[in-house]
Amino acid sequence: MHLKGENVSFGYKRNNLILKDVNISLGSGEVLGLIGDSGSGKSTLCKILAGYENKYQGKVTLDEKEIPPKGYNPVQLVFQHPEKAVNPKWRMNDILNEGHFVSQDILEAFGIKNNWLNRWPNELSGGELQRFALARALSPKTRFLIADEITTMVDSITQAQIWNIVLDIVEELNIGVLVVSHDRNLINRLCNDTVYLKDINNT
Amino acid sequence: MSTAVVTVNRGLFRGLNLRQKTLLIIGSTSLLLLGIVVSSVFLGGEPLQTNFGSKNLAPSLEHPFGTDWMGRDMFVRTLEGLGLSILVGGLASTISTVLTVILGLLSSAGKTADSFVSWLVDLFLSIPHLLLIILISIGLGGGATGVIIAVALTHWPSLTRVVRAEIKQLKTQEYIHISRNLGKSKWWIASKHILPHLVPQILLGTILMFPHAILHEASVTFLGFGLSPHEPAIGIILSESMRYLSAGYWWLAFFPGLSLLIVVLAFDMIGENLGKLMNPKNAHE
Amino acid sequence: MGNKAEINPEKELNTEKELITGLGTTSGNMKKTEALLKVEDLSLSFTQYESGLRQTELKVISNLSIQAYKGEILAIVGSSGSGKSLLAHSILGILPSNAKLDGRIEYNGAELTQERKEEMRGKEIALIPQAITYLDPLMKISNQVIGCVEKKNEGLMKKLQREIFQRYTLKPEVERMFPHELSGGMTRRVLVSTAVISSSKLIIADEPTPGLDEKTLNETLSYFKDMADKGCAVILITHDIEAALKISHKIAVFYAGTVLEVANVEDFKNNGENLRHPYTRALWNALPQNKFQAIKGHQPMQDEVIDGCIFYERCSRKKALCAQGLPQLKQVNGGMVRCNNAS
Repeated sequence: MHLKGENVSFGYKRNNLILKDVNISLGSGEVLGLIGDSGSGKSTLCKILAGYENKYQGKVTLDEKEIPPKGYNPVQLVFQHPEKAVNPKWRMNDILNEGHFVSQDILEAFGIKNNWLNRWPNELSGGELQRFALARALSPKTRFLIADEITTMVDSITQAQIWNIVLDIVEELNIGVLVVSHDRNLINRLCNDTVYLKDINNT
Repeated sequence: MSTAVVTVNRGLFRGLNLRQKTLLIIGSTSLLLLGIVVSSVFLGGEPLQTNFGSKNLAPSLEHPFGTDWMGRDMFVRTLEGLGLSILVGGLASTISTVLTVILGLLSSAGKTADSFVSWLVDLFLSIPHLLLIILISIGLGGGATGVIIAVALTHWPSLTRVVRAEIKQLKTQEYIHISRNLGKSKWWIASKHILPHLVPQILLGTILMFPHAILHEASVTFLGFGLSPHEPAIGIILSESMRYLSAGYWWLAFFPGLSLLIVVLAFDMIGENLGKLMNPKNAHE
Repeated sequence: MGNKAEINPEKELNTEKELITGLGTTSGNMKKTEALLKVEDLSLSFTQYESGLRQTELKVISNLSIQAYKGEILAIVGSSGSGKSLLAHSILGILPSNAKLDGRIEYNGAELTQERKEEMRGKEIALIPQAITYLDPLMKISNQVIGCVEKKNEGLMKKLQREIFQRYTLKPEVERMFPHELSGGMTRRVLVSTAVISSSKLIIADEPTPGLDEKTLNETLSYFKDMADKGCAVILITHDIEAALKISHKIAVFYAGTVLEVANVEDFKNNGENLRHPYTRALWNALPQNKFQAIKGHQPMQDEVIDGCIFYERCSRKKALCAQGLPQLKQVNGGMVRCNNAS
């Protein structure tokens, strides 16, 4: 399977584009790194690929077909700040199982303790919440994972824990991953290949 | 950057924490209001019979609020009037809240619907409130039904505006986007993600609508466009007493007016304290 | 107000474009006599409602001691929930009203009381926050940087501000701009200028780096180094051990509300043999450029009660003694550590 962005351009104003003719392609099971300076449009590209932003020019396709706007999106996006990705009025158990029923194996792999499930989001730390966000996104129906700076806000041990698990799961499920980060060391460690998004972007 | 405020625990409720204090205030005020409604239902009968033997008596132990020119006990009349006012207020604010929820959800359905709701809110807010109530009330033939419907139909705009803004803000949240990406329908998101955030707002809005509705009902009745003179409404009592004020029968207006004020303030107090409980800023004091 | 005049505009401004050169940042002629900031045995707890009407105390910082010296950068490294930001809030006196603070904070030899904190805040002690929303959106930049000064000093301050702006390559137009017109980098430089002009002696930077690309990161860090070189004490709060290593002199490692180790920058090398605490070693070895190796387990939650060492559950070298009480902070090899195994 292939997730493709072709000639993607985006800008809030007509003559001030953030993204210009970006081409990107990601295959199943591939772990691709995306590096760019602050403000180069990395996050916008992620949102376009995952269908969060649809006022762009160009084409985003999954195996040459457009991604349907309704129903489960096989392209899942996980953000930098997990606090914003959970409804503060929900308990963690409901948050975790919103998309699919997360198996006990995955919970154990992520180190999610059962007594966390009864807690409210504000009782958990960022690193703990990010595990929930990832477990929620990695359902059997997910084909691609866009990881937009997912470990930027956590310490190095948590970062290593999270990525080791994610890599195991995506390998098992044959999911393609786009790793967005400003940390070259991390990208070098994780990815087979790297794409650079320059300010005036020609990848 | 705020400095740390030290809450001083003093006065009547020393030793209780904020949450206990707030709940105590809410509880006792609600009890007072409930008492008024219940007693207004069971009182009546004899004290309200015309009794010219004891007309125009000043306040005494037997008649704490005095009696009027027909010898009726003003205390019982006031209670009856307040009970009626609270019922009318309750009915009106409940209907208004239902309208708010419907319009709020409608505004989240699409762009056209949203501009329609926002136009409707602006329209209602641009006409003087009292005038609008009088117009609707007369248009519906006056009387109790007319007033209740008029009051109910005119109190939703400001709450609707708040709810609409809240929904707009919620819809930009990341977890709403994620929910959509996880394949959830619009309706599912509205009821599971958005509604839980609106419930406290709506509850508070409803309670704070009460005093408005009560005062509007009383004013319209006072002006003669509302409830009929047979009803023991506060508005009627006050407008009748106006004729006797110059004769020195001050208690006819004073006690009913004061009671009305107390009821209105009681609702305000409940609303304010509930707001305090729901505000996460001082949730842990 | 008296300390305002102490800034010396003629002072050498040599570090403007200086690159950060990793470990080689020890300033030579430093006198380590008395700490500028001394935090001793600090404990912080919050009163919270458990369920319904019962209130409980939630302990978030316990037995915490650190010292910051003039001309030095102290990095405070730890994961979220380790209490590092709350320490900053304690020093600045901006805790919420349900917080209870015990222990002693000393600044310049005298106890830092709440009144003194309020007096010093924004003057002697400055906070450089991560969020750019810190600036007042309706006020021109120059007014925010200068703050309120007496009329007769205004000309002087203006001149000083221009010089500082020049040092941080901010164009003169910037002073007439409003915050929303600035880019992220400019905002950071404006915040730094604010701290410099008020001649703050103690700078606390709370997570100033996450999400910055390499160039911007180095630039931001160079500002802190610059301040330390001019004699300020800088406390850099971060979870990013790499960024901390680039400029700091000492690194305090926070875990579950207390200090586990205070290490020197030179100790971070190879496989971390010189590090004193297993947690610090794990942090170091988990970096992607090192082993990318994760130890198991989690930092204990704030409401978990732990009798022994707070790292007991995750430690690979625990012994019976470790289950009985939190080890004392002791001096080992020119650093501090809270571990029974270290010697």
